[in-house]
Amino acid sequence: MIAISGFSGTLFTRLRAWRWQPGRLVNIGLPYFWLLLFFFLPFVIVFQISLAEPQIAQPPYTALTEWVDEAVLQVRLNLGNFVLVVEDELYRAAFLNSLWVGLVSTLGCLLIGYPMAYAIATAPERWRVILLMMIILPFWTSFLIRVYAWIGILKGNGLLNNFLLALGLIDEPLAILHTQTAVYIGVVYSYLPFMVLPLYANLSRLDLTLLEAAADLGCRPWRAFLRVTLPLSLPGILAGSLLVFIPVVGEFVIPDLLGGPDSLMVGRMLWTEFFSNKDWPLASALALVLLALLVVPFVALQRWQSRLDAH
Amino acid sequence: MKTRRWPLYSLLAFGYAFLYVPVLLLVVYSFNASRLVTVWGGFSTHWYGELLKNTQILDAAWLSVRIATVNATLATILGSLAAMALVRGGRFRGRGGFELLLTAPLVMPEVIVGLSLLLLFVAMQHGIGWPDGRGFTTITIAHITFSMAYATVVIRARLAQMDRSLEEAALDLGARPLVVYLRITLPLIAPALLSAWLLAFTLSLDDLVIASFVAGPASTTLPMVVYSSVRLGVSPQINALASLILLFVSLAVIIAGLVMARRRD
Repeated sequence: MIAISGFSGTLFTRLRAWRWQPGRLVNIGLPYFWLLLFFFLPFVIVFQISLAEPQIAQPPYTALTEWVDEAVLQVRLNLGNFVLVVEDELYRAAFLNSLWVGLVSTLGCLLIGYPMAYAIATAPERWRVILLMMIILPFWTSFLIRVYAWIGILKGNGLLNNFLLALGLIDEPLAILHTQTAVYIGVVYSYLPFMVLPLYANLSRLDLTLLEAAADLGCRPWRAFLRVTLPLSLPGILAGSLLVFIPVVGEFVIPDLLGGPDSLMVGRMLWTEFFSNKDWPLASALALVLLALLVVPFVALQRWQSRLDAH
Repeated sequence: MKTRRWPLYSLLAFGYAFLYVPVLLLVVYSFNASRLVTVWGGFSTHWYGELLKNTQILDAAWLSVRIATVNATLATILGSLAAMALVRGGRFRGRGGFELLLTAPLVMPEVIVGLSLLLLFVAMQHGIGWPDGRGFTTITIAHITFSMAYATVVIRARLAQMDRSLEEAALDLGARPLVVYLRITLPLIAPALLSAWLLAFTLSLDDLVIASFVAGPASTTLPMVVYSSVRLGVSPQINALASLILLFVSLAVIIAGLVMARRRD
């Protein structure tokens, strides 16, 4: 179907398309080649190195193959990294906590983002563009700086504590920075636009006459929302949730700057293994296990995307 | 059907406050005279002056801007080719894989992308001697790889909703495909090219994780400097730097938005 709609022209233009061939080769081949070389091939190498052992040399990992004799090629595969990642308490805790943080943050984004997307989608036409622009603008501004802004707010003598103390709501500063709570706040804050945008795209296409029909038939607004709007917006919820969940599970900056010693996350462990412990093979194994965990949500996202293109 | 709108609008207002108040506080406190970041000590532009004397930050900013410029240009070119291939290419061998490779960088955790690219560069240097060391080139290549996926999304959306009759008319009148592309398609998708360029530029300017993996010892980008000083705590100078970055990015986005709105009229 996609192929036919791609050639939505007369037979004449379709025949002409044959003359595009050399151009077509460059057109498709160049970006394809780039992605294969710099996006796909690296994963093959990660896989290869995850089976090696660390050594103090340049490069800091052992070769998998070695000529021991004129005609004997020895292959050494070390599965120890994977065994360690799966069996070690610390790594297992990090993986579980990453998934948990991803789940809680996705729910948080949904709780704040859904009413926002709904309000924008049902707002008067002339307001919509500006409201939408205001969702997109933070996405353009620096991620690192937006995370950094929260340090000054959440820390012991920070703005939030000063504010609450001045109001007399608390007697002593709350310890929020360097806890898991700070990680949730930072993640929801940073990833909120990723939730609102697909939800808005979905809600703005909803047929509002369905709601009117429900109301005419005597359905209360809340019931109409639960039985009509919410089920119809499920694709938007799914897309937004995946766009938040997948990158958050591997997040490094937020747990590192806002989290404490207890907020173990895979992204952070991978960073430490690589930069502090210089254990490249172990870091590679962590990356691959993380990748394996994210394959299912990623395939779901991909299928949603291609369904969207088919329409 | 008349439902009360104010609960919904107050939730919306809360959401916007959540998105904007932290950044606004950051900007306000960049004008704080006090060295104590969270205690207001009067208005001052002192930290902006200090910032302009900090050569480490200025050097890093210059490197970041150079990388971002090259990255944005090449990512936009590759992204527009990829978008053309997807929207106009019809069926071709390996189309599914191509789409997969274009979606994956959008959501792939940065630590994975950074690590895998570094391992590739090390293996390539070991095997064919290129790239020789790590720095400007490797960071730029890494940035192009994920920026082009974003550029493709932006340009693809524009191409898909574009009216094809002008191109077909030109083809029917005997114009060569390349001429049609350069004189009709390109001007029509120019606004999308501009926003793709800007998006790629800001993505590159903002990247910490991937650059940290593929950078060499001599190449420190702006986010890397910001990160290492942020790890030591909040500093008024970083507040000033952050405010300047926010100012430039917002201006660029608003100007681009106005330009596009005018073209549409």
